[in-house]
Amino acid sequence: MKKLACLVVVAFAFAMVFSPSAFSARKTIIKIGINAPMTGDIPKVGEGSKYAAMLWLEDIEKAGGLEVGGKKYEVELVIEDNESKAESAVKANTKMITQDDVLAIIGPQSSKQAVPAGEVANKYKTVMISPWSTNPATTLDRPYVFRGCFLDPFQGPVIANFITDEFGFTKAAVLYDVASDYPKGLAEVFKAAWEKKHGAGSVVAYQSFTTKDTDFSSQLTQIVRSGAEVLFTPQYYNEVPLIVRQAKELGWKGPIVGSDSWGSAETVELCGEACYGLYFSSHYAAAGAKGATKAFIDRYTDNYGYIPDDVAALTWDALRLAQQAIQDAGKLTGKIEKDRAAVKDALTNIKNFSGITGNMTFTPEGDPIKCAVIVKINDSGEYEFYKSSCP
Amino acid sequence: MESLIELGQFILQNLINALQRGSFYAVISIGYSMVYGVLMLFNFAHGDIFMVATYIGFGIATLFLALFAGFLPGPLIFLATVVVTMFLAAWVGVFVEVAGYRPLRSAPRASAAITGLMIGIIFETGILILLGAKRLSFPPLMESVAYNVGGIYFTNVKVMIIIISLFLMIALHTFIQKTKWGMAMRAMSYDFLAVPLMGVSINIIAPLTFAVGAGLAAVAGILYGQAYPILDPYMGVIIGWKAFVAAILGGRGSMKGAALAGYLIGFIEIFVATIFPSTLRDLIAYSIILLILTFRPRGFFGMEHSTKLRL
Repeated sequence: MKKLACLVVVAFAFAMVFSPSAFSARKTIIKIGINAPMTGDIPKVGEGSKYAAMLWLEDIEKAGGLEVGGKKYEVELVIEDNESKAESAVKANTKMITQDDVLAIIGPQSSKQAVPAGEVANKYKTVMISPWSTNPATTLDRPYVFRGCFLDPFQGPVIANFITDEFGFTKAAVLYDVASDYPKGLAEVFKAAWEKKHGAGSVVAYQSFTTKDTDFSSQLTQIVRSGAEVLFTPQYYNEVPLIVRQAKELGWKGPIVGSDSWGSAETVELCGEACYGLYFSSHYAAAGAKGATKAFIDRYTDNYGYIPDDVAALTWDALRLAQQAIQDAGKLTGKIEKDRAAVKDALTNIKNFSGITGNMTFTPEGDPIKCAVIVKINDSGEYEFYKSSCP
Repeated sequence: MESLIELGQFILQNLINALQRGSFYAVISIGYSMVYGVLMLFNFAHGDIFMVATYIGFGIATLFLALFAGFLPGPLIFLATVVVTMFLAAWVGVFVEVAGYRPLRSAPRASAAITGLMIGIIFETGILILLGAKRLSFPPLMESVAYNVGGIYFTNVKVMIIIISLFLMIALHTFIQKTKWGMAMRAMSYDFLAVPLMGVSINIIAPLTFAVGAGLAAVAGILYGQAYPILDPYMGVIIGWKAFVAAILGGRGSMKGAALAGYLIGFIEIFVATIFPSTLRDLIAYSIILLILTFRPRGFFGMEHSTKLRL
């Protein structure tokens, strides 16, 4: 009996080790992985990524598959939830690469997950495009990792310049989450850009908190008393309403400015009128869009009942980029390692890709050169185009 | 002179901030303490009972605002929301006792403690499945008005939170000290083996204790929703831990101690964060608590005999 059990276990082990690679060699399916926060701190970001991906898949299916080198391939999406945690994002990438044999991965969205997950993708030599991660470390020295958006070293100065030009302020305060890659990186970049403009010490309050905090009263009390004229807070939509509200309750009168993490469709819904009239930098503005961008917004709104946020638009662009790269690769050999390398090479060579969030050409680092938009939350809670700033 | 006034304002402002934060820890930690008093075990699901109660409060508040917003005055809607939510949340507490703890009453202590953790996870994932991962925004039950008195800012909501919390604690104290039910609970915490022999059933007192604790958590939840109006299924975890620390620091089974320690933790957290970088906040706050416990291992008001029946 025991021997039999042993045999069964060994047989299973063999099957586990050999079957995926043995089968995939013959498959005519292209698998694209989506690594997104479906649950956790920012589930709206995951939802937007998933919906955009589903629209993209719909297009592919309507065309009867993805044509590569004269042959039509069926496309399958593998959507993995990273729970908005770094370690889960790493696990999701490892699983999709080693077990699901995906050709490319879209995501993770926020830098907190994209920076560690990019390490895995690069190690296993699989193309990963993070649509939304703006922290430089995501793509740094990783030939297989790309992104669909601008970088924080670009975004930080854009915001600093905007505040200076718009309001003429010279004293700024910063409140950021010290335990998350994105806010921490951007806060540092902003501080450096601001102090370069207005001299050392012009960031009069530089306050931090830790992920999952809900009470910012001690930090905000110091910010209010520091004499700062503007508050910059590069936080996510679950924290922005609390920060804005508590700041006002503690006597903050000046403007509060945010970054592209504010762009989620949920920010205004949770924050309400308290957020009307505030500004943030973003990748695109939905109100008043034209052309392909408008077509995407209309289609998304019809299908899912709300206006797509920047994450959805960037995910769409990232998928289209992946599609372009796969088609440019010319021919799929069926050997997954070889195909992944071919897709990477094709992606590096893409020039002037016209996406709905702007035109993209990749630098050797895998970062696109793109414009940033300053968005104003207008009096009916829409994200309105205010200004654009190009490199 | 000028700077002295400013310093005074600064300290007073943070004092108010700390009072609000501490109120939540105090009210929630009493729930831990009460259950410990009666059953000699910590109900680790309490943080998640608080979370569920907040969601119930969210539902009731939304419903009542939709039904009565036009013709009933705001304070009445607030009161009705509190009463109905307390009642419903109390049943959640009873459910936890009957379904989770009662079958394990004679089981080893560790099994009962683990039960609490598991019930907590069931609540978290249950809400996640039921309502999705979407954040909910607690509707404001009263308009928040900010006041500025001598350079110190506070809102009517903040004042209300502090007053209601204090009122609740006094009411509970009266209940425990002055009523027969309260006397039964005190007797049970003194000796839960002998008292049932006197005709006081633990099967009534235990669920009652859970119900009162959950009712308190419900009020805390509604107030929390007014102060920090973003709900998520894991909101009870961290606040639950901290309230648990307060219950230990106050002395196991001592409600007075739990309340006091709750406020103390609020104060330490707020003041540490104003003086040091926020990364050091929990490190310093809990080092202080560890130090206090080193010199007062039973907490502030811990009873001598509770050390024998240790968890």
